[in-house]
Amino acid sequence: MIEARGITARHGDNVVVRDVSFDVADGESFGIVGESGSGKSTLLRVIAGLHRDWSGELSVAGKKQDRDRPHDFGRVVSMVFQDPYGSLHPRQTVGRALAEPLIVQGIRYDAARIDAALRDVGLDASHRARYPHQLSGGQRQRVAIARALMLEPRLLLLDEPTSALDASVQADILALLRRVRQARGMSFVLVSHSLAIVEALCERAAVMQQGSFVEEVSAGDLRRGNLHNSYARELFAASRGFRRAF
Amino acid sequence: MKAASHTARILISAVLTLLGLLLATFLIARVVPIDPALAILGDRASASSYEQTRKELGLDRPLYVQFGRYVASVARGDFGRSALTKNPVAQDIGRFFPATIELATGATLIGALLGVPAGLYAAARRGKVTDHVMRALGLFGYSVPVFWLGMMALVLFYADLGWVAGPGRIDTALEDFVPHVTGFIMIDAALSGDGEAFRSALSHLVLPALVLGYFSFAYISRMTRSFMLQELGQEYIVAARAKGLGERRVLWVHAFRNVRLPLITVIALAYAGLLEGSVLTETVFSWPGIGQYITNSLLSIDMNAVLGGTLVIGVMFIAVNLIADLLYRVLDPRAR
Repeated sequence: MIEARGITARHGDNVVVRDVSFDVADGESFGIVGESGSGKSTLLRVIAGLHRDWSGELSVAGKKQDRDRPHDFGRVVSMVFQDPYGSLHPRQTVGRALAEPLIVQGIRYDAARIDAALRDVGLDASHRARYPHQLSGGQRQRVAIARALMLEPRLLLLDEPTSALDASVQADILALLRRVRQARGMSFVLVSHSLAIVEALCERAAVMQQGSFVEEVSAGDLRRGNLHNSYARELFAASRGFRRAF
Repeated sequence: MKAASHTARILISAVLTLLGLLLATFLIARVVPIDPALAILGDRASASSYEQTRKELGLDRPLYVQFGRYVASVARGDFGRSALTKNPVAQDIGRFFPATIELATGATLIGALLGVPAGLYAAARRGKVTDHVMRALGLFGYSVPVFWLGMMALVLFYADLGWVAGPGRIDTALEDFVPHVTGFIMIDAALSGDGEAFRSALSHLVLPALVLGYFSFAYISRMTRSFMLQELGQEYIVAARAKGLGERRVLWVHAFRNVRLPLITVIALAYAGLLEGSVLTETVFSWPGIGQYITNSLLSIDMNAVLGGTLVIGVMFIAVNLIADLLYRVLDPRAR
C-alpha cells in the first residue's frame, strides 16, 4: 500500500523528518510512535499530501506521488485527525460534513447513504441534522471516522485519533476502528505517542525520534518490550507508568 | 424557546444601554456650568423672570422628576430648541444627520468591499509580497491622520487634477434645486430626476468617502487577515484540504464562512465609529453633517443641540450593535 524511501521533510529551515524509509502492506496496520515533536504527524501529512516541503520517493497504492496529489487521491487515502471538535466544520451539519467528500469527488448521494455511514460508526439518522457542538467528543470522532470512510478508501491515516478523548470513549473508538478495518480490509497508518494504542491496533510499528525511525518492531515485541534501541526502551518503560520516588 | 430568550436578553440589554445613555446625557446637562435659564434670558434678566423661566423649564422640580420629563420629551422626539439655529433640535438633526449617514455608508461600503477581499487575499498569501503590500497599505491607512489625508486628497484630486468636486455636498448653484424629500441628497436628486444634481452630489461624495473609506479599509483588512489566519490554522481546514477540496473553496466556503461572524461586528463598529467620529473629515470637506453640527453647537454653548446630537449618535451606535448581535444569531448555528 505504501512504499516510502528516504523521506525527508522540512518546516522552513528545520528538518523534521530525516531519511525515513518504510513499507506498509495491503490490509496491514502500521503504527508510528514517538514523543511530541518527533516528526510523526509531519510524516503522516506528507503521505496525505498536506505537507509539501519534502523529498524522497513515495508510492501509495502502487502510484508514485509528488507534491501535488491527483483529484481522486481522496478516494484512496483518507485521514482522521486528533481533535474531533476542531476537525469538523463548526457551521456544517453532520449530514453536510459526511456529504462533502462525495461532493468533492462528484459522486451522487442521498440521505440513505449518509444514514448508512452514520449507522456504520454506531450513530443513527437523528444525528444527521446536528451540528458538532451538539455532539459529545466520542460522537464527534465517530462522525470524523464516518467522514473519512465515505469514499471507501483503501488507506486510513490516523493522527492520534483517541488522544483528545477520555479513557472509556478511547476504548469505544479503538473497537470501532478495529471493526471497520476487519470489515473493509483497509490499511491503517496510526500515529500516536501511546504504545498501548499502537499495540492495540497495529501489527507492526516504528519508533520515531528526532525525525528518524530508530526501531521497527512487531506488535508482539512491542507488547513484550523486546526492543533494542535505548530510546525505544525508555519510551516503553515510560509507557508502563512511573515509580514513586519516595 | 432558547432563541427567543436570547433575543429578549439582547433587546433588554439594548434598552438598558439606552436608559444609561439618557441618564448620561441628562447628567451632563446638569453638571456643565451653564444655567439653561440664563442661556435663554441672558444675564440682565430680572430675578422674577429668571425664576419664571426656571419654573417653565421644570428646573425647580426634583432631579428624578426632571429626568422623567427629559425621557418623556426625548421619547416624543423633542430635544428642545437650538440656541444657535433657533430651530427645534430634532429638525436640525433631521437636516444634518442624513449627510453623515450618506458619508459613513459610502465610506463603510468602500472599506468593506475592498478591505475584506484584501485581508482574505493577504491571509491566503501570508508572508508573500502581496501580504506585505496589503499590510503596509493597512498600516499607513491606520496611522496617517484622516484630516491630513483629506487635505492632501483635496489638493491633489480637486485643486490639481480636477477629477472630483470640492468641499460641500453639492455645487452651490444646484443646492436650491434639489427638493428635500429624504435628506439624502443623492437619493433626492435621483428622485427629482435631476441628472446634473445627482452627478454633482456623487462627485462631492467620492473624495471624503474614499478618505474615510481608506481608514475603514485599513481596519477591516487587518481584522479580516487576522481572523482568516486564525481560521486557516484550524484542523477542519486541514481536514477540508485532506478531502481534496480546492484552495478557493477552502478559503471562501470553509474559512470565510466562519470569519463572516466576527467581521459583522468589526464592520458594524467601523460604521458606528464613522457616524460619530468623522468630525474632522466633515470639517475638512465642509460636509454639513452631525459632527460639524455638534462641533459648532459646542463652540456656541448650545447644550440642547449638543445633547440631542450626542443622543442620536448614541442611539445609532446601540442600533448598529443590536443589528450585529441579531445577525450573529441568524448566521451562527451555535448561537441559536
